[in-house]
Formats: sequence, structure tokens, C-alpha cells
Amino acid sequence: MRMLGLTSILLAAGMAFATPASAQEPAANAAAPVANTAAPAAVATPAIADPTLDATGKPLTKAAPGIGQPTADAISLQPQVTPTGREAHWFHNVVLLPLITIISIFVLILLLWVIVRYRRAANPTPSRTAHNTPIEIVWTLVPVLILIAIAVPSIRLLAAQFKPAPKDAITLKAIGNQWFWSYEYPDNGGIQLTANMLKEQSQVGKGERFRTDADGPRLLATDTRVVLPVGVPIRLVTTAQDVIHSWAVPAFWIKLDAVPGKLNETSFIIEKPGLYFGQCSELCGARHAYMPIAVEAVSPAEFAQWVKAKGGTMPNEVAAAAAAEAAQNAAAPAAETNAAAEPAATNETAPAANAAAGNTTGN
Amino acid sequence: MTDTAIHAHDHGHDHAHDHHDADHKPGFFARWFMSTNHKDIGTLYLIFAIVAGIIGGSISGLMRWELAEPGIQHLPTWIGYLHHEAKFDDAMHFWNVLITAHGLIMVFFMVMPAMIGGFGNWFVPIMIGAPDMAFPRMNNISFWLLIPAFLLLLASPFVGIGAGTGWTVYAPLSTYGEPGPSVDMAILSLHLAGASSILGAINFITTIFNMRAPGMTLHKMPLFVWSVLITAFLLLLALPVLAAAITMLLTDRNFGTAFYDPQYGGDPILYQHLFWFFGHPEVYIMILPGFGIVSHIIATFSRKPVFGYLGMAYAMVAIGLVGFVVWAHHMFTTGMSVTIKMYFTAATMVIAVPTGVKIFSWIATMWGGSISFKTPMVWAIGFIFMFTVGGVTGVVLANGGVDDYMQDTYYVVAHFHYVLSLGAVFSLFAGFYYWFPKMSGRMYSEFLGQLHFWVFFIGVNVMFFPMHFLGLQGMPRRYPDYPDAYALWNKVASFGYLIMALSMVIFFWNVIQSLLAGRKAEGNPWGEGATTLEWTLSSPPPFHQFETLPVIDDHGHH
Repeated sequence: MRMLGLTSILLAAGMAFATPASAQEPAANAAAPVANTAAPAAVATPAIADPTLDATGKPLTKAAPGIGQPTADAISLQPQVTPTGREAHWFHNVVLLPLITIISIFVLILLLWVIVRYRRAANPTPSRTAHNTPIEIVWTLVPVLILIAIAVPSIRLLAAQFKPAPKDAITLKAIGNQWFWSYEYPDNGGIQLTANMLKEQSQVGKGERFRTDADGPRLLATDTRVVLPVGVPIRLVTTAQDVIHSWAVPAFWIKLDAVPGKLNETSFIIEKPGLYFGQCSELCGARHAYMPIAVEAVSPAEFAQWVKAKGGTMPNEVAAAAAAEAAQNAAAPAAETNAAAEPAATNETAPAANAAAGNTTGN
Repeated sequence: MTDTAIHAHDHGHDHAHDHHDADHKPGFFARWFMSTNHKDIGTLYLIFAIVAGIIGGSISGLMRWELAEPGIQHLPTWIGYLHHEAKFDDAMHFWNVLITAHGLIMVFFMVMPAMIGGFGNWFVPIMIGAPDMAFPRMNNISFWLLIPAFLLLLASPFVGIGAGTGWTVYAPLSTYGEPGPSVDMAILSLHLAGASSILGAINFITTIFNMRAPGMTLHKMPLFVWSVLITAFLLLLALPVLAAAITMLLTDRNFGTAFYDPQYGGDPILYQHLFWFFGHPEVYIMILPGFGIVSHIIATFSRKPVFGYLGMAYAMVAIGLVGFVVWAHHMFTTGMSVTIKMYFTAATMVIAVPTGVKIFSWIATMWGGSISFKTPMVWAIGFIFMFTVGGVTGVVLANGGVDDYMQDTYYVVAHFHYVLSLGAVFSLFAGFYYWFPKMSGRMYSEFLGQLHFWVFFIGVNVMFFPMHFLGLQGMPRRYPDYPDAYALWNKVASFGYLIMALSMVIFFWNVIQSLLAGRKAEGNPWGEGATTLEWTLSSPPPFHQFETLPVIDDHGHH
């Protein structure tokens, strides 16, 4: 069994090699070299329109009620759009919820039965029974069996959630700050985003941007959305600049604490294009409620276009570009590690750095 | 057996009773401020817990008021009363101060003092046939440490901006995340409350191991005594870990150490491990004495001995033991390895087994009984069902894979309020009504007691059940404002608070009326089902009981 501390150190080391981000330094510093190496590519490419925005800069995808956000008055889990999310949703709705309902009703019926049958009027002389070994064995063993039955899908779900992201996964690094999220795409030329909550019209000055219904619900809409491709594994890496935050999107069944000085990792695949909202889920100070998460899932083609529009590169290109750059300038360590970490190899034998990251998928 | 026991005077107990009491009852100041009498200290604890409960409950009223509608309605006004020129961020911080205070007060200053300090002090010595606690003066300091602890916590928002760290006081929000004296005061408050509890635990363990009446073996000990014994061990083992953890917080905050500061090689997650190594046993500390109380009440009003006595006792031992090895299920989203997450999932689910044994044994105690539904009994039955509901949602949360969704949502809030506000608090009210005649010598109003139960039962269910829905829809906890989709169930929950608050008016009306003009209670108002030693004494018991030690015969209790 691995020690937790060792795990995080290994993970940090792995990530430090796999992406040019350091586990110890605040993420903005760590990101700087990436931005630098990516800069030439950005300059070289002609301006490409952001496919998620219209000509006036307004987001094209509008928030759709019923998915990716809470539904008014609803009493159940949010619909899931990731394979592990669907598995967990099934486990909760088909296994756990019926089971706990049945157990509660069973206890209620027993209670009502004894209340009616053994009330003083109905049973004036109490029995003196205080032992019944067989029944005590039964009510010990039956719960054990029920719990074993729960444990099987539960452990299976955990294993599925911990399946490491494949090498061609898109990496999204979410960095918690008081009180906004910033994001990096280390595999895509180091695109950086900062997402602030959109305020209401009554709360902003003239000319400032405020939330519209197209942006999303109150307290959930952000000025910048995280854009991710559908059908492609996403490797989520979280960390924080100041205190602990938690990156959570209910529709993905993802909640991963963003801890300063630590890189946590998990992965998921979004199956449906759309807009998915979440909120910070670890108390982080005064505006804890005001640092929402908005993810826009688009087709891989649109994602590639969005990456270009942001001045980034897709992994294949960055590998080539980086290799060329490395040839020109041998003193560019960041580019070298990038190239080493991101060959679009289909082969199972991963470079050492990736293996380290994969092994320690203790997130 | 001990000095205290031998100390007893020789003369006839019964006829000299009044005279004897008058001679030995100290004056008002000495009796209540320098008390060494376990019953008086128990009374002090109960009064303290009621005062703290009113404050902690009022704070939750403010919280439900703010949450009744989406948007920020009242926080800026409230912070304005405290600090002039407060900014919006200060108002938002004040929300965190409220949730922190509510949690700390209810855990450390309401439930624990009432359960262990109040009922434990009152009835553990009596139930084992002892004249008092083993260390009466230490008992006194245990209580009086709570007063400065509580005052420190209450004063903290007036001295600084208030401690807004949550009751868990997670680093680094509680270290470099929140400068100022308030958090230091809250930490020191926890230190004092912890020291108080450790001293109390030592006292209970010593008393129970050494001062049982002749013939009362461990396996004849009433279940409430068992529950307090196990609780005392949990306190003794868990609280020093908390003390260490929060001492490191203090030195991180004030003396430049970096136990939890990643910039200098510290680890914020270390704090969470230490906190929950204490925090998980803590939840059993809050509920185990309730298990004991409920067992007595169920047996008394069913007129039957407790079913499966040994199973009941050792189920509590098992819960206490397993309770120490499940702590990281509070930390499923912190980035644990998959094997650790699987272990904590499995270990947590194991706790459902001894808990199930207890639930079924209570029902089996009633089975075949001749049940009367006096106020303590309806609270105890309510406890069994509500604790079951809180327990089964615990089984859901135990699954690490499922918890990724539920962690830090209102589902968790619903879960722990079902086991605490509907579990521990139901057992507190059950115990209060059960022992009120014994402690005060007065009967409460049966009608008001029943009315209190039903209004409270409806109120807390209307308040807390919708929180499951909010959690399933993903509403995070510790939020002063929420997306509009969550409006309905928040409104319902706030309405439930009002119902609950009304029931508390009934409760206090009942208590005051009973104390002033209640019918005098006989020694045993509950009849043949009440078999523990406290019912052999007068109501209220003499200032010093068992000057001649009772002898426990082979058939169980005296």
C-alpha cells in the first residue's frame, strides 16, 4: 500500500515532468515558460475566430435548462454526461436509493407493528424475553451480506473513476484562487484563462459586462468558459494559489479538491456537447459562493479551432514545433519536456514521466 | 470501597435525612460556584448546554432566514450592527462566522456538555451505586473550563472579524488565509473545551472502573454507563490529537512554523487527517450516550429488560473501535490513492453492522412488551426511526465513488443533521423528559411534552428532509446565496425552522411551568419497567446518595 504523502510527491514529480508545471511554485510562475514557448506559434498563426463566440463576442452556446445545471424544485441527481458519472448515477438510483428506502420503510413498519401490537392496552403482560441468539445472528449477518453486495459495484465504480487518462488525453489544469478559477491547457501551447463570476445587471457599472440568461443561471455563469472537446479523455489537474478550493461539476460526477502545493489528478470523458456548470466546493473564504465553474463541451474540431483562436496548438503540432524549436535552440528545457511528454504515440510503452504520472493516479 | 463512600455518617438515613441535608448543603455560592457534587455539576452542565443551545439554535435561525430566499438579504444589515463601515466581503465573511459558530457551539457547547457533562454526571454515579464521581474537584474544573472556552468563542467576532473557517478549521484558510485575533480565540476556545472533556473523560473512566457498587460487574452495568465509558475512552484518545492539530495551527499562525504551509514544505492535508482522526470519533462521542439513554427508555416503557444486553454493549464497543479507523471518508475528494479510498469505503460501511444490531435490538426490546407512550418513549421511538434515516444516507455517503458527487453538498448537511439534530437531540430530549422528574422532583406536563415532540418532529423533518433534494441537485454547503433553482426547497427548509422554533417555545413553557408548579414526582414515576438505581432514590435524590452502598443481586439491577 502506498503512503499518501509518497503518492502526492510522486504525482507532483510526475506532473512536473509531464507538463512544465511545478508542484511547489504558484501556478502562474510555473505557467510562464509554457506561455513563452507557445508565444511564437501564436504570433505565426493568423487570427482565427473563436468558434464559441459570435461576431460580437457573445457566447454562441446558450445555457439549456435541465442539463448541466440544477433544475428548479427537482429532488434527484443531475443528469450525467460522463461514463463514470452514468455508472455512479446508476449505482445511486438503482442500487443505493431503493435499498435505503426499503430499509427505512422496513424499520418504520417494524416500529408501527410493535407500537400497535404491543401497546399496553393490547398486551398488558410483557414477555421477559431478552435473548434470542438465532435472530441476533441473522440481524448481524444479513446487513453484512447487504453491505458486501453494495461493496462490489462501489469498488468497481472507484476503480473506473481512477482509470488513468490515456496519453492522448487533453490536460486541463484548474487553479483555485480567492475567488475565481484560472485554467491552463499545458498540452495546447499553454493557453491560459481566467474565469470570474458574471455579476447581475444591477451590480455592475455602466458599460460593464453583466450576466444574461444566455450566459447561464445567476451565480453559475462566468465571463470566460472552459472549453473542452467531447468524446476525448480529459485529464483534470487541480491545484490552488492560496487556500483549498474544490473544482466540482455535478454533471460530470467530478469533484476534486484544489490544494495549494499539491497537484490532484483525475480524468473523465464528456459525452455530450453542451454547457455544464459547477461551483467551488470547499470553504475558501468570504466569496466562496462566488467562484462558479462553466464548462462548454464542443466537438473536437471546434475545440481545435478554439485552441488556435486562443493562440495555442494541438499536441501533434506542438510536438513538431517544439522539436523544431529544440533543434534551433538547445537551451529550451521547457519545450524539450513538452516534446518528450506529448508524442502522439499509440504504443503502450510510455515515457518515464508519463508512467510516473499514470502510476500515481491517486488523482 | 473508597474514601467518599466510607465518609458516610452512621446515623439513620431516613429520618435524619432533611436535617442531614441542611447541615451539609453548602451556601448558594459555594454550592454552585465551587461545586464538587456530581448532581449539582450535572445541573450546571445542563443549564450551560441549554444556554448554548439557545445561542447555537438562534444562529441557525439567522442562517435559515438568510437562506429563505435566493440573493443576499440580511447579512449586510447584520454585519452593520457588529462593525460599522463593513464592506460586502465582510458581510460574506460574516456568513462563514455564523456557520462556524453554529457548528462549534452545537458540537462542543451543546451536545457534548448535555450528554456527558449533564446526564453523565447526574446518572453515571447513581447508576453504578456510587456516592459521587471519583475526582469531584476535577469534575468542577471540567465544567468551569467550559465557561471561558465559550466566552472566547462568543467574543471572537467582536474582537476581530470573527472566525469564518468552518468548524473544521481547515488549514490554510485558518492559517495565512485568515489573519486577526478571532481565529486564535476560536482555537484557544477549542483547546479549553478539549481540556475540559479530557479531564471529564478521565473522571468517568476512573469512576466507572473503581466505584461500582458491590456485585455490579461490568456485564451488569446499565447501558448508559457502558455508553459513557466508551465515550470517555473515545474522548481520551481523540481529543489529544485535536489538541495537537490545532496547536500546530496556532504556531503556524503566530510563530512562523509551517506544519500546514506548502510553501515551506508543510501539508494542508495533514491537518485534515489529524482533524478527522479526532472528528470522526467525535461524532460517536455525540451519539453513543444517546444510544445508552434510548436503551433505558425503551426498556422502561416496554416493561421489559433490554433485548440482547451484551450485544448492545459490545455493539457500542465495536462502533467505538471501528470509529477510529474510518476518518478519511470525510476527505474522499482531497486526492487520495484508489486503494486508500477503497479501504475507507469498506471500513466505513462496516459501522452499519453494529448500528443495525442496535436498531433491531431496540425494536426487539419493544417486541412482546407492554408499551406505554409517555413523552420520553415517543422521543425514543422518534430517535430510532430518524437515526435510521440518517444512518442509511450514511451508507450512501460511505461509497467513495458516490461521495465525489455528494461531498460538501447539502446531502451531507442533511445526513449529519439527521443523525445529530434528529438523532442526538432526540435522545437528549428523551433523556431530559425521562429524568426531569428525578432531577427536579417535579413532573412535567405530559400534554406539553407530547405536543413538543410532534411539533419538533414535524419541524426538523420539514427543515432537513428537503436538504437531501438540494444536495442531490448539487447545492454546495456553506453558501449564503444559491442559484434560483434551489429556491423552493430552501424556502421549505426555512419554514421548517419556524415550526421547530415554535416547538422550543412549548418546551421552555413546559420546563418553566413544571419547575414552578409541577406536580411533585415520586421516586419512581415510571413503574416496574424502570429498574436502574436512580429510581430507588427519592426525587430529587438526596444531596449525597448511597451513604450505605447498595448491593446488586444476581438477577441484575437492584
